[in-house]
Amino acid sequence: MSTGRGNPVLLVATRKGAWIYHGDAARRSWRVDGPHFLGHIVNHLVLDPRDGRTLLAAARTGHLGPTVFRSSDLGRSWREARRPPAFGPAVNGLAARAVDHTFWLTPAHVGEPGAWYAGTSPQGLFRSEDGGDTWAPFSCINDDPQYRQWFGTVQDGTPDGPKLHSLIVDPRDPRHLYFAMSGGGVHESLDGGRSFAPLVDSMETVAGCDPADVTFHDPHCIRLCPGNPDRLYQQNHCGIYRLDRPGRRWERIGRNMPAAVGDVGFPLVVHPRDDRTAWVFPMDGSDVWPRTSPGGRPAVYATRDGGASWQRHDTGLPAEQAWWTVKRQALAADREASVGLYLGTTSGELWLSRDEGGQWENLARHLPEIYAIETAYPD
Amino acid sequence: MRVLIPSALHSYTGQPWVDAAGATVGAVLADLNRQFPGIRFRIVDEQGRLRRHIRLFHRGEAIVNLAAPLPADGELMIVQALSGG
Repeated sequence: MSTGRGNPVLLVATRKGAWIYHGDAARRSWRVDGPHFLGHIVNHLVLDPRDGRTLLAAARTGHLGPTVFRSSDLGRSWREARRPPAFGPAVNGLAARAVDHTFWLTPAHVGEPGAWYAGTSPQGLFRSEDGGDTWAPFSCINDDPQYRQWFGTVQDGTPDGPKLHSLIVDPRDPRHLYFAMSGGGVHESLDGGRSFAPLVDSMETVAGCDPADVTFHDPHCIRLCPGNPDRLYQQNHCGIYRLDRPGRRWERIGRNMPAAVGDVGFPLVVHPRDDRTAWVFPMDGSDVWPRTSPGGRPAVYATRDGGASWQRHDTGLPAEQAWWTVKRQALAADREASVGLYLGTTSGELWLSRDEGGQWENLARHLPEIYAIETAYPD
Repeated sequence: MRVLIPSALHSYTGQPWVDAAGATVGAVLADLNRQFPGIRFRIVDEQGRLRRHIRLFHRGEAIVNLAAPLPADGELMIVQALSGG
């Protein structure tokens, strides 16, 4: 495991390329490095915390197929994966599928150096054993008739295609995995991915849709608490939830949000140590679902008690006429004593808070549409 | 056969025109991939289908069947159909 004692780095993936922001110890000064892959659609940029130097980028362009790029020198040079994620031939009487883009990258367990997981659009699960150089379909789900039914169709997914996301590895057990799908619910494996089963009890669905049908569940973002791996938080199309294992029933803690704000949104991040603390970025889910900051007044909401109550944090953010959308991967936390928060908007603004959301300031403007932000501590 | 490479794929070939051999378009693409690893997957998906914004032309005719015979003369043009912004 990398000691990663250096200063924080922000890995920013956008619709038109990637940027790397190198912070100083105080997080006051940031050196920008980019663009990388200008013109490429970069869905996720992730540093391997196990070695502190392997950087993977999930990329495609509007007119070329999807691929994965790898760097071992923090982006000074890149090499393309020799075998990017790709589905196999048609089996089980199911239609053959092609990966449109890799959406999510997750390093595997610390005890499996070099192994990575990837989630794709349309929904697919892949694994690499060699640091992201070659990828193979992982688990049974890609070609399982039941999972194909739960995947739904392009009509059921996001405007950018249905996605498999929130790949999570239990830090105590490499065989214990979670993932989520938009749409298609939350799923868990206890046997290293040989089998998965839905974990959707008490999750709500859009009115008129049967919550017993996994297809209708649309989790937007799942996070496991590093300080307590038995606790998960979820931002869903239909609310904010918490799940304490070994329990199986999600509790809709978003009910405790102010009614005028609601509990619709895409991203959610958790505190690196305190399992009672999480942050969300609510968006307008009224009538036609604008999914912009309610009232044009952006704010992060924090809970310090596991979702029993929520506090609004908007100091420094625009007070009015800011119709922001923040995507599910575009809210991140660092691991400093006073946790830094970072959010990126679809309008290309990057904002930071050094004090857990209390005070916000702008870090960058005029970037392309921000898809994802990750914090990292390179060696 | 000379093959015209669109600018989006110059990162693989380093130049707009390259030579590749094959009796079908599929074989030419395979030869391209042998010379420039990874280039085929950006053009053709894992089910052997041309990607949405890629077009192939030979003697001014659009080619959609990768298995179709390809005369050795002439030039194969790989064109990216840009859309959106």
